[in-house]
Amino acid sequence: MTDTTEVNDHAADPAPAPTGPEVLVIAAHPQLEHSRINRRLMRAAAGGGATVAVRDLYALYPDYLIDTPAEQALLKSARLVVWQHPIHWYSMPPLMKLWVDEVLAFGWAYGPGGNALRGKDLWLVATTGGPEESYRPDSYNRYFFDAFLPPYEQTAALCGMRFLPPLLLHGAHRASEAEVAAHIGVYTQRLASHPDWPELDELLYGLACAVPEDARPDDSKSN
Amino acid sequence: MEHGSWLNGPLIYLAAAVLAVPLAKFFGLGSIMGYLGAGILIGPWGLRFVTNPQEMLSFSEFGVVLMLFLVGLELEPKRLWSLRKPIFGWGSMQLFGSAALMAGVAVLTGLDWRVATVAALGLAMSSTAIGLGVLNERSLMHTTSGQSVLSVALLQDVAAIPILALLPLLATAQAHADGSGWSGAAKALGVIAVIVLGGRLLIRPVLRWIARSKTPEIFTAASLLLVVATAALMQWVGLSMALGAFLAGVLLAESEYRRELETDIEPFKGLLLGLFFIAVGMSIDFAVVLAQPLLIAGVVLGFLLLKALVLWAMGRAMPLPKPERPVFIILLAQGGEFGFVVFQTAANASVIDVQVSSLLVAAVAISMLVTPLLLVAADRWLIPLLAGHNRKAMTEIDEPQNQSVIIAGFGRYGQVVGRMLYANGIQPTILDIDAEQIEAMRRFDWRVFYGDAKRLDLMRTAGAARAKVLVLAIDDVAQSVEVAKMVREHFPNLTIVARARNVQHYFDLHDLGVTMIERETLDSALMSARSVLETLGWEPHQARTLAMRFRRHNVDQLLQMAPHRKDTARLVAAAKQGRQQLEDLFAQEREEAAKRDARGWSSDGNGGDSASP
Repeated sequence: MTDTTEVNDHAADPAPAPTGPEVLVIAAHPQLEHSRINRRLMRAAAGGGATVAVRDLYALYPDYLIDTPAEQALLKSARLVVWQHPIHWYSMPPLMKLWVDEVLAFGWAYGPGGNALRGKDLWLVATTGGPEESYRPDSYNRYFFDAFLPPYEQTAALCGMRFLPPLLLHGAHRASEAEVAAHIGVYTQRLASHPDWPELDELLYGLACAVPEDARPDDSKSN
Repeated sequence: MEHGSWLNGPLIYLAAAVLAVPLAKFFGLGSIMGYLGAGILIGPWGLRFVTNPQEMLSFSEFGVVLMLFLVGLELEPKRLWSLRKPIFGWGSMQLFGSAALMAGVAVLTGLDWRVATVAALGLAMSSTAIGLGVLNERSLMHTTSGQSVLSVALLQDVAAIPILALLPLLATAQAHADGSGWSGAAKALGVIAVIVLGGRLLIRPVLRWIARSKTPEIFTAASLLLVVATAALMQWVGLSMALGAFLAGVLLAESEYRRELETDIEPFKGLLLGLFFIAVGMSIDFAVVLAQPLLIAGVVLGFLLLKALVLWAMGRAMPLPKPERPVFIILLAQGGEFGFVVFQTAANASVIDVQVSSLLVAAVAISMLVTPLLLVAADRWLIPLLAGHNRKAMTEIDEPQNQSVIIAGFGRYGQVVGRMLYANGIQPTILDIDAEQIEAMRRFDWRVFYGDAKRLDLMRTAGAARAKVLVLAIDDVAQSVEVAKMVREHFPNLTIVARARNVQHYFDLHDLGVTMIERETLDSALMSARSVLETLGWEPHQARTLAMRFRRHNVDQLLQMAPHRKDTARLVAAAKQGRQQLEDLFAQEREEAAKRDARGWSSDGNGGDSASP
């Protein structure tokens, strides 16, 4: 039963994918048992049908032993990669970071021959405990939230990915049921309509980030 | 027609064995019972395919010789030396204790003292073939009772020589006090010296030389020749062939060819032993049995009981663990092939007349026939009873329990699981059948119930119908599998989390559909491997990662091999291949890591941010 459908109108797409999910949600929450929002976001994403795959990292790898080949195989077919997690210490949870370290490997995701992710979209879907007002120079988080995004943006750029505008929910502890429901609604609607988002036309792929060959030490001189 | 006649024998024996052994196994009687049954079937009193079992018996007795060679191979000289006390102490006690007891009883019933002595000595012998065969079949060779059976069997082999030599003296007072006794003894000592010295100095270089020729069948031939030659030497000086082969085995136990010798000899041993049992089955003289059924029954019952009495006392005094005692007693209480020889010799020397001899031979053969049946009976009823010897004092679980977790087996494994659950506020229902263990656990305030998890009614009471998880931590493989089978059948919603003693146990559980199985030593062994790597200079975190990846590979491979578990050759090949794969994988990764260290993120952050090295 090899049911190959010709999808001619997507021929211009950078990553044609005959098998595997088109949307890959990498979800990480170290205390899912206390989660109000991320758990529901994950469930909503998983309800998105056969083209969406949700990877609950803390359930898959409770021993922090990431199956890199399996993760890379799933990434191959995806056109949209979602990183969905709560913001901890202005950054991603540790297993998510380990996933980035191990899966986005040199020679695969970046560096010479590393173009497996080129042309794909990366979308950050994050929650913060602090309310939006706290992310201001005159409040306790001292910076606008945008100030914490460059590492994400540059990670996407180095891999030749397009960094989509993040979907954020601030003040997750106090969000009302109506707010949460609305947020989930936006999330599922966006997952379903990708890549036909109105704002995407202006976004560029980070192709300008190819690292020059001579900027790295030579192979032979290993340290 | 004449040319093909030599085929008839093998045809009959092989067909009978191929039919009878799987059948006997199917009914839970063990392979030995199958062979004996096959013998009776084709023998002079069955279908009369074979009429002279005696010839077959003497030929196939070589299977016993091969078996003792193999037993010897497993026993380094040092270990044999440490067995000297059980051999000479317990062995003599069994042989002479039961012989004296039986002779005494026989004389009391009015038998001539000479007949009584011969009968008692012959009946005191036990079947090495069945004894060691059963121990092998049940993997009991290395238990205390296994070693005790071996010790006693060895002493019987040693003692058979003087007994057989002295038997003719009983006939009349015509003892020839000539010098042949001395020269015979000298010859015997000489041969043993030859075997010991040869085994130590000569055989190894010879084997090395043969192995270098890289002709496997010649190595097999050499292995067989070695045993045959030793046996022939021993027979020449009138010593026990089996004892000689045993000696040769012990001497080669430390050699580098031990494994090869074992694998070469093993199939011959198996087949010849099978033939031997068939021959024993054939040699039961049913004419004698039918002529005096009550007398035979009395003799069999009497000598089994008397020997069992002595063995029971020995088991208590040693002491053997209680559940192991029935096997020990049954295996040594039966008569044995040496008995045949003793009665034959005595009849030839006209110490006893032929009628008595064939009656005794029949009694011995019947006892050998009964042994597998007794073992089955003991397995069913006696051993479970002994395993829970204070069951009267232990109240069985009787109030219905209602916990979400049941732990079956609260030994070293179950306890750790239980403690972790308790620490997290979960109160499991705990079952065990070891009364002593339960007693000890109750002293630590654990609520442990006495109960056999194999029993459906008991598991119902324990709440199996409502519980979510059964922790199957029983250490006995057979019982663990039985519980799993019962639970899968009657409580399909109960998730089984199982402890596996070894890979075969793992496969057994896997076959039953159990998915959460942990091999009991895997994780601690991997922790030790981590310690080794760390000591050798690996970084602790790298050692951890390698151990965990090894584990994942190992488990994946095990699951892949599960469908081929019965195919040993394939299993071995798959295991070798898997090991190679892992080695290659790790080597390749080391190489890649070395490359990446220079250019990726993993060394000191000189990856993508190349502008600031």
